[in-house]
Amino acid sequence: MKDTLNPSAVIEAKNLQLVFTTNDGPVQALKDVNLTINKGDFVSFIGPSGCGKTTFLRAIAALEKPTGGSLTVNGLSPDEARRKRAYGYVFQAAGLYPWRTIAGNIRLPLEIMGFSKAEQNQRVEQVLELVELSGFGKKFPWQLSGGMQQRASIARALAFDADILLMDEPFGALDEIVRDRLNEEVLKLWARTGKTIGFVTHSIPEAVYLSTKIVVMSPRPGRITDVIDSPLPKERPLDIRDSKEFIEISHRVREGLRAGHSDE
Amino acid sequence: MKRVAPILTVLLIIIAVWYAAAIWMNATWAYDQAARAEAAAPTWAELPGLTLNQDRPVLPSPHQVIAELARSTFGLPPSSKRSLVYHAWVTISGTLMGFAMGTTLGVLLAVGIVYSRSMEMSVLPWAIASQMVPIIALAPMLAVVMHAVGATPLMTKAVISAYLSFFPVVVGMVKGLRSPEVMQLDLLQTYAAPGGAVFWKLRLPSSMPYFFASVKVGIAASLVGAIVAELNQQAGLGARLLQGSYYGQTTQIWAALFLSAILAAVLVMLAGRIEGRVLKRMGMAR
Repeated sequence: MKDTLNPSAVIEAKNLQLVFTTNDGPVQALKDVNLTINKGDFVSFIGPSGCGKTTFLRAIAALEKPTGGSLTVNGLSPDEARRKRAYGYVFQAAGLYPWRTIAGNIRLPLEIMGFSKAEQNQRVEQVLELVELSGFGKKFPWQLSGGMQQRASIARALAFDADILLMDEPFGALDEIVRDRLNEEVLKLWARTGKTIGFVTHSIPEAVYLSTKIVVMSPRPGRITDVIDSPLPKERPLDIRDSKEFIEISHRVREGLRAGHSDE
Repeated sequence: MKRVAPILTVLLIIIAVWYAAAIWMNATWAYDQAARAEAAAPTWAELPGLTLNQDRPVLPSPHQVIAELARSTFGLPPSSKRSLVYHAWVTISGTLMGFAMGTTLGVLLAVGIVYSRSMEMSVLPWAIASQMVPIIALAPMLAVVMHAVGATPLMTKAVISAYLSFFPVVVGMVKGLRSPEVMQLDLLQTYAAPGGAVFWKLRLPSSMPYFFASVKVGIAASLVGAIVAELNQQAGLGARLLQGSYYGQTTQIWAALFLSAILAAVLVMLAGRIEGRVLKRMGMAR
């Protein structure tokens, strides 16, 4: 059985297919996707738009329904895994409720999941500290910068302590400098919490810098063209991006993206 | 001063036009009086004196209306049947009751429409059709029906008021409850949030700006409904308007009209104040 073969697998996709029915006919968003994500992995999905990277992440989160093959999360169907609160999801935009304070926003999933008041407060403090927003709990979203808002939305996803964190281009709308800082922070967060992270991006340096595993995808139909296990050490200062290994991996990712494009 | 100046200018122009119109419209009576007395026709200089203080003018002058307004508001005990305070209170109580009923009905219908496709298909066309019927035609029939089932005049008025005010609330709330973005709904889905949580924590708070926009329209519509309903009743500003026209008391009509306008302005302003407070507290003020 697949579970006995790979006991540390957290997310497993086998021959996964996903076809959208649109007015212009069916669109193959994912074709024959095979991938295993192990516990504690930091996996980036990179590829041009339309390659199905976001769709795959959404399928893991049971926000999209695969039309073929199998997909398991913690050995369960994505739907069951969601009901067991297996993952936290971070969207492209922070999407904080303007009528709630930062602490109130982070409390939202906790309220829905029925945590006690005392535990809610304790967890809010804890995750605010984790994303370095301690002391900002009473502020409203509009009083924070875009980068801080996105950090708050990461805190919201961490609040109920799911083992998996799924992030869909979380820093795509932020400028380069803020993005660099947040990348560093995400790595720190990953090291401290030991979570399994799925991260969608279209930035090669971001993917290489963050990941232990880089999944290169290409469009029409959306599929995986290369999976690269990063040889970089877990400890990664920002200037690792000038190292020989880093440049080699970046090169391989670029090659993978180009190969995917040439057969259009 | 910069904000007040344009308003004052417009006000002054309106008052000037009004005085001119009052002289022109009431002049006929002054000329007739002179002809009957076989006196010389009044000169231009005499006209203002003869036209602006008539007992039964075609168009009462502004100061007459204001004097009548002051006399019947402050000059009489509020319990008097001739006091405008009494009539205004009768109108207000009907308005607020109808507004409460209409708003409740409107919100409930909107929730039904948003959550049920079949309700959207069946209720919405009827709600729109209901607003095509002129209220002035419907009010007397409703009054007869309500009387037959033993409803009080207040209840009848509230129903007609509600009939006018539920519609803007339905339209606004349907839009408001549907205003959350797909991403925000997806977020709640990732928490496996039950339907109730989606409604109370996302849809309802998101709809508040739309709700208040509708409320401002709805409260004014409620007042119109109450006044129309009172055309068939003994008391209230509507009844006062009708009595005034029966007895040719134009000044009384205008005073009641002004009070209605003032009431509408106060009610809408009050709704605006509450809107500002609530939206500010919700961090949604623009």
